[in-house]
Amino acid sequence: MVENDQQKTAGRKTVDGSSRRRFLVNSGYALGGLVVGGALGTLIKPKTTEQTAPDKTNGEQAATPKNYNQALMFFTQEQFQIAESAMERIFPEDDTGPGATSLGVAFFLDHQLAGEWGFNSRDYMSPPFFAGEKEQGYQGRLKRREIFEIGLRELENYSQQQYQSRFVKLTPEQQDEVLKAFEADTVKLTTISAGSFFKMLRSSTLEGAYSDPLYGGNANMSGWKMRNYPGSQMSYLDAIDKDFTKIEPSSLQDHLAMN
Amino acid sequence: MAKTLPKTDVVIVGVGWGGGIIASELTKQGLNVVGLERGKERKTEDYYMVHDELRYALRYELMQDLSKETITFRSNEKIRALPMRQYGSFLLGDGLGGAGVHWNGQTYRFLPYDFEIRSKTIERYGKNKIPAEMTIQDWGITYDELEPYFDKFEKTTGISGEENPYGGKRSSPYPTPPMKKSPAITMFQEATTRLKLKPYMMPSANLSQDYTNPDGISRAACQYCGYCERFGCEYGAKADPVVTVIPVANKTGKFEIRTHSNVRRVLHKGGKATGVMYTDVTTGEDIVQPADIVVLTSYVFNNVRLLLMSGIGKPYDPSKGTGAIGRNYAYQVIKGSAAGFFEKQEFNTFAGAGALGVSIDDYNGDNFDHSDLKFIHGGVISLSQTGARPIQNNTTPSGTPSWGADFKAKSVYYANRTLAVGTQGSSMAYKHHFLDLDPTYKDAFGDPLIRITFDFEDQDREMAKFLAEKCSGILKEMGADKIDYLKELGPYEIMSYQSTHNTGGVIMGASPADSATNNYCQMWDAENVFVMGASSFPQNAGYNPTATVGALAYRAAEGIMKYREKGGMLV
Repeated sequence: MVENDQQKTAGRKTVDGSSRRRFLVNSGYALGGLVVGGALGTLIKPKTTEQTAPDKTNGEQAATPKNYNQALMFFTQEQFQIAESAMERIFPEDDTGPGATSLGVAFFLDHQLAGEWGFNSRDYMSPPFFAGEKEQGYQGRLKRREIFEIGLRELENYSQQQYQSRFVKLTPEQQDEVLKAFEADTVKLTTISAGSFFKMLRSSTLEGAYSDPLYGGNANMSGWKMRNYPGSQMSYLDAIDKDFTKIEPSSLQDHLAMN
Repeated sequence: MAKTLPKTDVVIVGVGWGGGIIASELTKQGLNVVGLERGKERKTEDYYMVHDELRYALRYELMQDLSKETITFRSNEKIRALPMRQYGSFLLGDGLGGAGVHWNGQTYRFLPYDFEIRSKTIERYGKNKIPAEMTIQDWGITYDELEPYFDKFEKTTGISGEENPYGGKRSSPYPTPPMKKSPAITMFQEATTRLKLKPYMMPSANLSQDYTNPDGISRAACQYCGYCERFGCEYGAKADPVVTVIPVANKTGKFEIRTHSNVRRVLHKGGKATGVMYTDVTTGEDIVQPADIVVLTSYVFNNVRLLLMSGIGKPYDPSKGTGAIGRNYAYQVIKGSAAGFFEKQEFNTFAGAGALGVSIDDYNGDNFDHSDLKFIHGGVISLSQTGARPIQNNTTPSGTPSWGADFKAKSVYYANRTLAVGTQGSSMAYKHHFLDLDPTYKDAFGDPLIRITFDFEDQDREMAKFLAEKCSGILKEMGADKIDYLKELGPYEIMSYQSTHNTGGVIMGASPADSATNNYCQMWDAENVFVMGASSFPQNAGYNPTATVGALAYRAAEGIMKYREKGGMLV
């Protein structure tokens, strides 16, 4: 047991730090340009998420502890980047505040898909499957993680088809056009509905922006702060009968720490 | 071969409001009661981390696991029913306390009109006012007869409120005063008063002050934390069965709760029940619990399903309109509502309580003239401030895109500038709205799922439009700068959350010809079987159902004691 734990710790150390490139070389991947497919190409891309990590407003960037929650449980690097770019268009950074990327929303989605939600564990998934009326709701056999895998790939295919470019390389306006085509179901897919996939992407974006930070999104409660939502508070007895009051947000971790 | 346990006086199937009330009343009077609950134990301490919108509201922490059992749905008999694979239209409770744990606490008494709707509608408008297919019925009990039981339920739960100007006669005032008034509530009160309507504070099971009930149970006042519906209360301020009636039953030493016990059949012989068969879901073992009296207190769907699977009562036949089990399934028409956007003012809408609100009944029941209207009944109209949690509250003025920069800017801007005025529209019964067993889909044990055949009718479309316009008018008077309201009610669909106010299927009435039970919830076809819950409603009123469910349970408890003494049919 002890040995295993030590091995785990050691393993984590080697992946950590900036030894990514060395790790790839040592692993025997050819960086000379021969076999560099999509996966490897994206692997050695500069890490944007870490740089845009929130809470650098007060100049304490160096002191900000690393967020070890920001790694992937389910997505490949490529899927992650497509998801992140798409979600940033759904919920873009602007004058109102941070967007999906700096809120960590794509990490949120990755983590959700890795768990019971991604597996539809608590949904009725028993056969037989029939196409139903639209009032009868989702009747497919695919699980959410499968729908996302297909949907993200199709975003990529459609971008190649329309613009001969990767989705993540498109201009924001072009990305919006792609997403609109999915939303309106004008992209015809065989296994999933483009419109339903877009709806899931949109609802996941809002979930990631506004759920408790414990799930990996809503970084530093910035989603809540943006709309003056106070998060988890034990009592509004003093606020309920008053005019609008701005209250500093607190999270479930604050609640746990307090007690 | 199932293991058979020693016999008990009474066995209860499902320990929510109905089961909890029956258990507390019967054990106080000395009966031995076994409560079989298919979910797990629940207690206030479970809700330490309850302010988690994702886990509870979006991932349905407190709800039934649909992978094991769901319902199937079709709009009419011509199409194939398909399973509700994911949650949408309504949320099925699970575990000790049932749906009574995740409710909001809005605790209205139904109107006197509701209990005699058929007679009173004919009396005022003539027979032709009721369409041929509409199968609304009188309940076989009047408001005045039920009043003492409403009173009892309100005292047990400590309802905070003030008298409804349109309500039936009350034997005593609400046990606790109304909740605090938020600025939005005051605006609604002033606006509706100017419109010559009669506002009153919503009757609330979220306590306005500390309260000790007649059973000696003390609970603390609500903190307006804004996490009620879909959540459990970490203070025990919201009345639920776990913090009110179940401890009373437990204290007697005569109540034995068995969780993880899924009842699958009511056993019967010679027109009387002999007990129930259940599966211990932790071991898979089938167990027989014999009892003198069987009480079904699970949710609407499971009450109907158990009777149909057990062969008790006559199944409803929609082609002839005969039979009782599955008859008169109804719902709640809540889409007739409006949202108002305020430019000059922000509100503390992040704060709230499930039943913090203010209501008018001017357009409910038969409180207004329907002579020139193409519908009967109506619904309560309210402004409720339940806590605008951020994932589920991103209302933007119509015309705003649903994503992108404009959506983000507007949804953030209006986050605290939006007030909704909504309704609990009544739902009438129809010959072709019913529940039966699905021929195809099964639960985790291989038993058939319940099948819903239901759609909205002209009555609903007319009523929803009418109520939405009234809601909009109130928001206008409140000074909203922009108002969006329902223009047309589409078909009923299973995907979007509407209301967990499903009713009917084991309805009560005056005669075995058109009802399943008498007004003590005693089955006409099996005198020692009592079935209660909103499944008893012949149609649904323009209010949340829980107070009426509670009142019927108190009356049924009295009936069970009488039956225990004398036997036979009570009516």
